[in-house]
Amino acid sequence: MNLTLKVWRQKNGQTPGHFETYPAKDVNEDMSFLEMLDVVNEELIASGKDPIAFDSDCREGICGACSLVINGVPHGGNRGTATCQLHMRHFKDGQTISIEPWRARAFPIIRDLVTNRSAFDRIIQSGGFISVNTGGTPDGNALPVAKEIADRSMDAAACIGCGACVAVCKNASAMLFVAAKVSHLNLLPQGHPEKNRRALAMVAQMDAEGFGACTVTGSCEAVCPKEISLNFIAKLNRDYGIAALKGH
Amino acid sequence: MALDSQSPSGPLAQKWDKHRFDLKLVNPANKRKFDVIVVGSGLAGASAAATLGELGYKVKCFCYQDSPRRAHSIAAQGGINAGKNYQNDGDSVYRLFYDTLKGGDFRARESNVYRLAQVSVNIIDQCVAQGVPFAREYGGLLANRSFGGAQVSRTFYARGQTGQQLLLGAYQALARQIGAGSVKMYPRTEMLDVVVVNGHAKGIVVRDLVSGEVSSHAADAVVLATGGYGNAFFLSTNAKGCNVTSIWRAYKKGAFMANPCYTQIHPTCIPVSGEHQSKLTLMSESLRNDGRVWVPKKKEDCGKAPASIPEDARDYYLERKYPSFGNLAPRDISSRAAKEACDQGRGIGPGGLGVYLDFSDAIQRLGLETIKGRYGNLFDMYEKITGENAYELPMRIYPAVHYTMGGTWVDYNMMSTLPGLFVIGEANFSDHGANRLGASALMQGLADGYFVLPYTIGNYFATSKLGKPSASSAEFKQAEEAINSFTRRLLNTKGKRTPTSLHRELGKLLWEKCGMARNEAGLKAALKRIPELREEFWRTVNVAGEALEFNQALEYAGRVADFMEFGELMCLDALHRKESCGGHFREEYQTPEGEAQRDDDNFAYAAAWEYQGADKAPVLHKEPLVYEEVHMSTRSYK
Repeated sequence: MNLTLKVWRQKNGQTPGHFETYPAKDVNEDMSFLEMLDVVNEELIASGKDPIAFDSDCREGICGACSLVINGVPHGGNRGTATCQLHMRHFKDGQTISIEPWRARAFPIIRDLVTNRSAFDRIIQSGGFISVNTGGTPDGNALPVAKEIADRSMDAAACIGCGACVAVCKNASAMLFVAAKVSHLNLLPQGHPEKNRRALAMVAQMDAEGFGACTVTGSCEAVCPKEISLNFIAKLNRDYGIAALKGH
Repeated sequence: MALDSQSPSGPLAQKWDKHRFDLKLVNPANKRKFDVIVVGSGLAGASAAATLGELGYKVKCFCYQDSPRRAHSIAAQGGINAGKNYQNDGDSVYRLFYDTLKGGDFRARESNVYRLAQVSVNIIDQCVAQGVPFAREYGGLLANRSFGGAQVSRTFYARGQTGQQLLLGAYQALARQIGAGSVKMYPRTEMLDVVVVNGHAKGIVVRDLVSGEVSSHAADAVVLATGGYGNAFFLSTNAKGCNVTSIWRAYKKGAFMANPCYTQIHPTCIPVSGEHQSKLTLMSESLRNDGRVWVPKKKEDCGKAPASIPEDARDYYLERKYPSFGNLAPRDISSRAAKEACDQGRGIGPGGLGVYLDFSDAIQRLGLETIKGRYGNLFDMYEKITGENAYELPMRIYPAVHYTMGGTWVDYNMMSTLPGLFVIGEANFSDHGANRLGASALMQGLADGYFVLPYTIGNYFATSKLGKPSASSAEFKQAEEAINSFTRRLLNTKGKRTPTSLHRELGKLLWEKCGMARNEAGLKAALKRIPELREEFWRTVNVAGEALEFNQALEYAGRVADFMEFGELMCLDALHRKESCGGHFREEYQTPEGEAQRDDDNFAYAAAWEYQGADKAPVLHKEPLVYEEVHMSTRSYK
């Protein structure tokens, strides 16, 4: 199939960006979206132009590096699929595809489609962990965890930290990301001692990074490549409320 | 130079305890005087950096990704082994040790493997305490599954995302130390050289991948945890950014490279779909617990719909050839058996390069819901990539490059032949011999990072009172200048070929001549071709952009340049090892049944190569593998 790409090009964070149009010819339907871009980049290099910069690494939907807004939707709108696992069989011959970076104040653009998502790391550093040092931990089976709890915790822990939830949100809120980490740890008995402190610290850091407020429209859940449930935001609100009441 | 493994004396089971006692300690108040550089933030790097930070050392951690959480450990699916014997099925530390040593075809160091099995039990405890959401039974205790090469259930898992959850545990421990100020993190920063001062590794040169600036960092010791070199083959299950650069450049500074020919070809990957393919995707080995591998008995049936091929016309070749392990035969053996079936013309799918992994029996026996519960995410992933529904059609799978057992030679303390340079995780050669068993990579990465290196590095500090140089000293300036001129050379060549096309050509050559099966003629041909290709690279490479900017083409070209050199050493090592063992299968050395034929009289050693300079042949050093406790048996899974 033949496609027309409208791609956001921006030299760096200081210069304004713009769309450029490129043809993508003879695209094979078994290609992934990123492999299609690889082919376009090979042609750009051959014609003496700078290739399109975009993040990707594992290319199997788990590292969370890839991050494209495709036709206005983060990761392209194929439910539960990150851009690297989106295949060209979902597109039609002759289609025009727009490709943009994540757009959020807290994710400044580095180049073209690449953004800086270090704000997420700083949120984790503020409390997204259980404070145990290496060594001296009890036997793994000393603390039974109900299967239902472990499973629910795992549902939240599946977050890959890609930032699609922020990119799609009209307020660029990071609530789903924060809720996933707070829920993963707060659900487990190991996470209980720091439950309150964690919820307060991570929400405070989220606000400090410039992410917007949550109005529970649910667009984050819809584009999440790991289909993290909106219910975790309810859990975060609850944990945060209790922590605030306890005046931690 | 004689290689000294520093393996402690005494009975096997007591070596590590004895060694820990013999190691010199650093006073808690003195730890903050020591700077440690950790390169890489996967399981080994993140766990080491976090633990060293907790102990009080001043740590700098570097990764090329935009966040330490993206290191490729994250993609490991199946699980992590530990000799807990929670299932009461006869497991023990000794059995895990023996299975790992045997799985590695008796080409690993006995003392290292025993220690690995010993600390495996601590890893599970540590990860549970960190909040890793391992699978549980209804009673609330930890669940286990079985994995290739073992007859007990000792694999702990978190759905099909065990690597992700373990890495996030280590990443969170690291994040805690970054927040506490004991670790400084440098994401999007690539290490390009080790700096040696007075014969010791005392720092690194890095490139800031955002600004393009090259700078130096000095320290009292350097730890490399930069993963494997599987991307030498271009197509592999590694992430796109995985590379050999850090250990290759350390090799050129005096850190010997051991057993580079030992590469693991994983039997269950999704077959290649075309020339555009940028990487291969693994389907977890855990699928072989319930899936049955088969090809048609007759060539003529290969094009037919699988459901139309009757039971008696199918060859369940693993069950036929290895009845006691069946579909759970180790990876090297399963991969070779798949290749053999395809070589006989019985492969299925495009180009005849595939075999079936069939779940219909398991679905009938256990029900669709149970299979969905166990492997749902893997079936979804398969459907995304191939467009096929594996609940209805059998999966098509084919072997692909997955893991590299070879790497930097290290002693029992994880220190390389370059003093002060420690190498941990997949980047070193130490624990898996010639073949790694499933669910053992996660175990080794975390063992090295949490429980081995933090002890042994203290001994280095306590005994080698050298101090650290300034990062503006002459050695660092020279190293920076060398990197800058390397970059200029890449950018100024302005040829006609892209780094991708040259890398693809190298990868194809290595896959054909130094892949699942090797022979003398093929390896000699590769050794002739690689220098030509390297020369072509430096004559024709076209690297877009400039040095002082965010330039992915430049990053990649530098990594390909290193693969162009490394590939030659890999073939040289494969040519010299005139035996078959584990992942290294030399066609000339096989039993009449087509199994690997080891030559313990002549090759029971680790081959460590010493760099001699560009265009000079490296020198081979041998570390004899002495087995005090176990008897080197012929590996049989029949």
